[in-house]
Amino acid sequence: MEEVIFYAFAALAIGSALLVVSLKNTARALFLFFIVLFAMAGLFLFALADFVAITQILIYVGGVLILMIFAFMLSNKELLADLQHTSAKFLSLPNAQSLVLAVGFLAVMVYGILEWQENTPYWITENIRQGSTIQPADNNINQLGIKFMTQYILPFEVVSIFLLMALIGAAHLSRKEENR
Amino acid sequence: MITLTHFLVVSVCIFCIGLYAVLAKRNAIMILVGIELMINSAVLNLVAFGRYDKVNYGGQVFALFAIVLAAASVAVGLAIILSVYRKYKTIDPNNITDLRD
Repeated sequence: MEEVIFYAFAALAIGSALLVVSLKNTARALFLFFIVLFAMAGLFLFALADFVAITQILIYVGGVLILMIFAFMLSNKELLADLQHTSAKFLSLPNAQSLVLAVGFLAVMVYGILEWQENTPYWITENIRQGSTIQPADNNINQLGIKFMTQYILPFEVVSIFLLMALIGAAHLSRKEENR
Repeated sequence: MITLTHFLVVSVCIFCIGLYAVLAKRNAIMILVGIELMINSAVLNLVAFGRYDKVNYGGQVFALFAIVLAAASVAVGLAIILSVYRKYKTIDPNNITDLRD
């Protein structure tokens, strides 16, 4: 049962990601990107990372995607025309060189993964032997909060400063330049 | 039982789709979508490995950091795309060839 749902989420993610890159209409592709992100959040759940899945939905679907749609609508003057006549071609033809490069990289990586899976890293086998892997009944959010405030306090603060910088930078870049 | 290999294969598929989008698309927003797909596959890898590390929770913690950094990069990238559009009236990266005006 678990495997069936995992494969369903994986097929949903890969299939809609393929559609995202092959649709001609950018608005449709952006809305399909929603589905990819939701399916990826579902896959995170199978790795027992519930908080990461919720954060993915909150930040990506609530923030990033809305920003992208805003930018698309502000930047594309042919948006309405693009939405109206899609009858000519639904899918765009794949670009041959890029396709070869991406498929070649996929082949190399899959070969590497299949070769790798016989010798699992030492720390993974050690943690499985000691039983210190994350179990479905664990309280992840509690533990994550404690880790953020104790062990990972320096990266946490650095990320918050970085986020402030990015916010100020984005506001500065997108302001109207009147006195020039 | 879902093994590590399942996660790795799914995430490498998503990564290659994102790579294709970055290489082939003629629209800066779709290139940004491709970068987001690649970051998301990296996050899936972090989370899948982090499942075997209960002492440090390193995978999940750094997956959260990666999501936050991706959101920040998207905000700055879209601001740059908008100001480029205001100047050039296009967001096709092939047409943007000048470094200064």
